[in-house]
Order: sequence, then structure tokens, then C-alpha cells
Amino acid sequence: MLSRSLRAPALRGAVVALHPSSTASTLLPRISQSLIQTRLLSQEVRTAIDQAVASAPVVLFMKGTPETPQCGFSRTSIQILSLQGLDPRKFTAFNVLEDEDLRSGIKEYSDWPTIPQLYVNKDFVGGCDILMQMHKDGSLAELLSKSKLIVEESGDIEGEKAEAVRETTEQSTGARSKDAKGESS
Amino acid sequence: MASKTDVQAEEVQNTTGITPDSLGDTLKKAPELNASHVDIQDISGGCGASFAALIVSDAFQGKSALQRHRLVNGILKKEIAAVHAWTPKCLTSEQWEKEKAKMR
Repeated sequence: MLSRSLRAPALRGAVVALHPSSTASTLLPRISQSLIQTRLLSQEVRTAIDQAVASAPVVLFMKGTPETPQCGFSRTSIQILSLQGLDPRKFTAFNVLEDEDLRSGIKEYSDWPTIPQLYVNKDFVGGCDILMQMHKDGSLAELLSKSKLIVEESGDIEGEKAEAVRETTEQSTGARSKDAKGESS
Repeated sequence: MASKTDVQAEEVQNTTGITPDSLGDTLKKAPELNASHVDIQDISGGCGASFAALIVSDAFQGKSALQRHRLVNGILKKEIAAVHAWTPKCLTSEQWEKEKAKMR
């Protein structure tokens, strides 16, 4: 059902990755190129992005894939999320480089000029700068643990766990934070 | 995309006309921001497509990082679309004083 309703090609790629049985031929053809020129968010793209945003509790729109990010800011965002102990089953990434409609559409959809963009529970959280800031001040750990999006560790109380995650991640990213700022358009 | 050569870099700068000064001027002139301090740096290593900004304004008071960035990004909408990377740091004057105290 999901694969039938997703129309933008990058989203299609992600669906194919999630469900290896679906093929490109079962999915709808690429939408009009003219959308790129006008940069207007069509209802079709908006609906596709709506569904992408809702496809997992944590959704990252990035350049490249989590395994091979194509931009330093996207790489940093992935690193932050993994340091936070984000449960991979609750995470989906969309590669905007696979689809110009998505790449321009998501900027308008979020009213945010740069990539990467993070959504948690369908709410726009921010780009790499904000993610880094929230990572450092502990609010990202809080947000993720509150929504139970962190990999479960046995015998831990939620609050303690968030605190522990915060401490360890702060130690491990302290040196990196200087060059890992910003995002790209 | 970041320019690969100096010639390309110059072209980018010529075609977009975006410099740290032009970005700073636009921000300083924005009445909704009423910034008390704006400092823009070219962090591209010369290609003119990546900028870091420090913006101090009391318009940020009571706003989250997201809301602050949105305010600034709204003023520089056209410019940000044309550059590769944009890293704003948005502080209230109170926060800026604290930062300066730390640096001393």
C-alpha cells in the first residue's frame, strides 16, 4: 500500500530498499520535470513527502545514504543519530540526490533551505546545526528517549539512560563538533 | 556545489554576487531582525559558496534555535538558495556577552 502511494522516485528507491520484492515497474512513472523549474510544491510531491515523513518515527532527508553519505553535514547528522543510540528499526533515510523533486520539494515543505533535515514523529526538528546543538545540550537525547526511540538497554530507567547517552556522546563528539557544523543546500 | 578550481570559484562569486559583506548588509538592514552584531565568514576556502554567520539580536529572545534560524533564513532566502552551505549562529545580546566572557 505504501509503495503504491509513494510517487517521487527517491521515495520509490527507499521503498524498493525496504521491500526488495517491489520493482520499479509496479510503481508510478516519474512526475513532470516542469515542477523543478517552477519550484512549486505540487500536491503530488507534497503527498509523497507527507508519507515519507510518516514512514518512520525518525526520518532524515539527506545527501547520500546512511552507509555512504555524500555530504559532510549529512554524515555528521547520521553520526549524531547513531551516537544517540537511535533504534535503526525506527529510522528511515531518504536520499535527496536521487530525486530533484524531493530535493527542492523538501526545502519548501519544511520551509528550510538546506539538507539534511530531520523529522521526529512527523515534526520538523531542524538541520545539522540544530541537531549538533541539541546533541550537545542533551535535548536530542531527551526527545528520542521520551518517544522511546533509543535501543533498549536492560535494567535502565529512562531518565538515567538519557543522561548516560548524553554523557558518552558528548565525550565522543567533543573534538569533532568544531568542524561539523552547518548544512548544505 | 563547492567549486573545484579558483576559476570556478570566481565564477560562482561573480554570478551569485554573494559575499560576506553582501550577506551582512542584508541582515543588518532587516528591520525585523534589528541585529546588534553581524559577523559573516567565508568558510569555503575561497570558493565563495560556504558561509558561517554570527548574528546577535534581541529579536531571538524567547525563540528556539529552529525559530531563530527560520527568521534569519527568511531574510536571506534567495542568497541561501544560491550558496552551498550556510551555518548561522543566532544569539541574543545576553548570550553574546556570555560567549565573549568565555573567550577572554
